[in-house]
Amino acid sequence: MEVRRIEALPIRSSDDVVRVRRQAHNWASELGFSPVDLTKLVTAASEIARNTLEHGGGGSARVEEVRRGVRVGVRLTFEDQGPGIADIAQAMRDGFSTRRGMGLGLGGAKRLVDEFEIASQAGAGTKITMTRWK
Amino acid sequence: MTTSRIPQLLRQHQAALLDAWVKAQQAALTLRRDLLSDADLRIQSSDFLRSLTEACQSGDLGDIQGPAWAEVREFLSGVSGSRASQGFSPAETATFVFSLKQPLFSLLRREVAEPAALVEETWTATVLLDNLGLHTVDAFQKSRESIITRQQQELLELSTPVVQLWTGVLALPLIGTLDSARTHVVMESLLQAIVDTGASLAIIDITGVPTVDTLVAQHLMKAVAAARLMGAECVISGIRPQIAQTIVHLGVEMGSVLTKAKLSDALALAFQRLGLAVAKAPGRA
Repeated sequence: MEVRRIEALPIRSSDDVVRVRRQAHNWASELGFSPVDLTKLVTAASEIARNTLEHGGGGSARVEEVRRGVRVGVRLTFEDQGPGIADIAQAMRDGFSTRRGMGLGLGGAKRLVDEFEIASQAGAGTKITMTRWK
Repeated sequence: MTTSRIPQLLRQHQAALLDAWVKAQQAALTLRRDLLSDADLRIQSSDFLRSLTEACQSGDLGDIQGPAWAEVREFLSGVSGSRASQGFSPAETATFVFSLKQPLFSLLRREVAEPAALVEETWTATVLLDNLGLHTVDAFQKSRESIITRQQQELLELSTPVVQLWTGVLALPLIGTLDSARTHVVMESLLQAIVDTGASLAIIDITGVPTVDTLVAQHLMKAVAAARLMGAECVISGIRPQIAQTIVHLGVEMGSVLTKAKLSDALALAFQRLGLAVAKAPGRA
């Protein structure tokens, strides 16, 4: 996978969540994503960015324009140094929430993108990488 | 320290200095002729020079925070404020003060013969103008911030209009990002409007909401539930195809909530509920 450009953004407040969303939106629309693909990517970015903020206590996001062969896409990486996730399978299950959310964020985001990777350990933060191809 | 000759020189050569300064500003690349006319520039420069000269007579040249400088500070704050709202950059605004250096230094070079004294006077003038320039930047920043704060407050008020479409039918057209603070204001004004108008149906239109994630969906469902508790049914309209698909993929259940694609569909439903029919007036084309 070839990375064409990178933009790193901090996630410290809910304004930053909007900024990450806008960055993903801009690059995806420059690449010519269809409205549906665009909305899916941006919504997934919103879910995970908010998780980074609320569960991870803030962290950072990386938006990348990537190319693999003839396909182009946008890859998003979110990292935090928060409490981490002890049981990833449980966290991914719909309806499971440690707060009073809907419990659909992680599972929902995974369904909205083409590739989804999550690495986390209790006490050692969380890293989520997801890619949506055009 | 010997007494500076700057106050006396400023008073003696005020007119000539003003001419040289205005000329220098007009020649500068940073002058924004699109925003400031030559006449206004001359008036501003002349006013500043006059109050600067006055302040120098009584005040300490090394401390512009003193009472003697109050008028100069106020004048510069005024210039910064007006330039900030006109769209000048901070650098362009500070240049107003800094551009006085060159004509003032030329004056000193002509009038002060002794080298050691000239260096001393030039240094005093530099420090003075630097301080005044920094004051300008500070004032510029402050007026920018107050503009931003005012706009934020205006936005918050703008963002929550509840409109009555018909007797008993309210509409809440949502536009932009729905964060928690805004949702709170929106929900409050919707519930208040339901009480005030006794509406039985409220239409929440999300055509202008770019992203509907689980948090936004949850906020909407809560608004619907709260309205229902107050005896009003809610319809969510303005669901675009891409939003619909995304909501399905997210796994959000909108099961018990009435939804419509367009605001007009929701209004038609409202009429139907109220037992109203829209008909063409007879005799019109």
